[in-house]
Amino acid sequence: MPKSNLKPIGLGVLTVILLVLPFILTAYYVDIMIMLLINILVVVSFRFIALTGDFSVAHIPLMGAGAYASALMGLRLGLPFWLTLPLAGLTAALVGLVMCYPLLRMKAFAFFLGSYAAGEAMRLSWIRFRNPFGGHTGITNVPPPESIPLPGLGTIDFAEVIPYYFLTLGVTALCLVIMYRLEKFRIGDTLKAIHSEDNLVKSVGINVTTYRALAFLIGSFFAGISGVLLVHRLGAVDPYQFSLAATLYLLVWVVVGGLGTFAGPIIGVVTLTVISELIRGFVEWVPLVYGFILIAILLFLPEGLEGLPKKMQLMAKRVMKHAGQ
Amino acid sequence: MNIIELVGLRKQFGELVAVDDIDLSIERGELRGLIGPNGSGKTTLFNLITGFIRPTKGKIMWQGQNIVGQPPHAIAKKGIIRTFQLTTLLKEMTVLQNVVIACHLHTNMGFFEQFLMTAGTRAKEKAVERRAISLLEAMGIADVKDELAGELPHGHQRALGIAIALACEPQLLLLDEPVTGMNPIETKHMMDRIKMLRDNGITILLVEHNMKAVMTTCKKITVVNFGEKIAEGSPQEVSEDKNVIEAYLGRGETYA
Repeated sequence: MPKSNLKPIGLGVLTVILLVLPFILTAYYVDIMIMLLINILVVVSFRFIALTGDFSVAHIPLMGAGAYASALMGLRLGLPFWLTLPLAGLTAALVGLVMCYPLLRMKAFAFFLGSYAAGEAMRLSWIRFRNPFGGHTGITNVPPPESIPLPGLGTIDFAEVIPYYFLTLGVTALCLVIMYRLEKFRIGDTLKAIHSEDNLVKSVGINVTTYRALAFLIGSFFAGISGVLLVHRLGAVDPYQFSLAATLYLLVWVVVGGLGTFAGPIIGVVTLTVISELIRGFVEWVPLVYGFILIAILLFLPEGLEGLPKKMQLMAKRVMKHAGQ
Repeated sequence: MNIIELVGLRKQFGELVAVDDIDLSIERGELRGLIGPNGSGKTTLFNLITGFIRPTKGKIMWQGQNIVGQPPHAIAKKGIIRTFQLTTLLKEMTVLQNVVIACHLHTNMGFFEQFLMTAGTRAKEKAVERRAISLLEAMGIADVKDELAGELPHGHQRALGIAIALACEPQLLLLDEPVTGMNPIETKHMMDRIKMLRDNGITILLVEHNMKAVMTTCKKITVVNFGEKIAEGSPQEVSEDKNVIEAYLGRGETYA
């Protein structure tokens, strides 16, 4: 079968599976799927920022910014979900913009630490200011998205798991398509060039800082969106959901999956989610297994699981060579 | 008519004086050579002119304006473009992609157009590609346009570096050792191309260690040592200058 046919067929099969799954699985697993989709959005948007070489450790806190923003806009301002979703995303992007001022003076490891500090500062302000953020306990009673009445058929109630699954699937798919296309266009090349040789990019008249900021804003926007999807499913938000532990999971997902391709981080988060579900019975073992997998990847497959097809090709070639001798 | 003037330019790194009160003027349309022993301040001068470092004192007058303090991308927009040492290419991208990215500066692609793939954008992208290919043809490397930049032989990588610089439509081109490491035939071809660029109206400041290349190509040469200008003139004058001979060229040799 020619290679060019594989991709659309594969995507088609995947789409069918994703559409049918919620009706086959139990509610518990559909919930897992919802969380998985949200986490996929988180890793892909993280990678978008990382195209320039900037690892934003403020990413998870900015997800929280989106969650808090949507919760507050819904509860305090009475805005409907369909409005708070994009607005909360914009809020996260705006907070990211403010963070850019100090952060973009830093590169590499300094940026890594600085972004951690910025995110943590924001998270601590949620704990410090009970009004409006609710302090340690956060915000509860966050309503699900408004139901959609279908004349003659009933209503779509987003408090239920299957409708919420399709909502999450639709929003996540749209966001992924946007980021995929952005990467394929000129802007994607420019961002990768900045990662590769930023002095060269400067010398041809491109303002590197502007592009780093742009990547940061776009990535943070989508982090905010994922936060909105999270808070309206859980019905509550608290600062401990976005602590360093959550960021560490993010980092393990991207290392295991790889950051070189669009699919890499997705492979990472899916693989680790499946594995942690399989060992659910031994919940204390989860961090141990994560650590084990992380070390194994770093030792044997440092580019991440995304590099596996290539590596297997190379190994197959080597085996063929030896067999031929 | 002077296209660029360095006035009393000084750069100190703590105690170390890398550039020591240099005055240097280049006329429009010149092909000026800049030579000096290693550590004499040539690279620092390039970095100062292109905004990668700020001078401790002095002015850089570009078309009547002092450009000191401008960031590198702004200076590139003004028409001053530099090449780098060999390793500064987008190695994971193709030769063509390298040049296309550099064409960015002169494409009328609005910020938001980059996000969409409208018919208009597609047409502009095609035009940019055609322009990039013609630049590669001018440097003689159009046949390797789809190879990865990191896998090219040395000479082609150098040519690509210049093609990238040309994509920015420079008025002043700062060439950083364009023929270092090349054999005599490659060197001659490259220097001929550089002369052609000058004939097409680009002012060029050329740093090179290959004495024969510089002396046979440039009509005027500036010599620096320890951050100071020690001589300036025709190849004949410079090769006969006592200070230059002492610092650099060795006794008794002339390159008329």
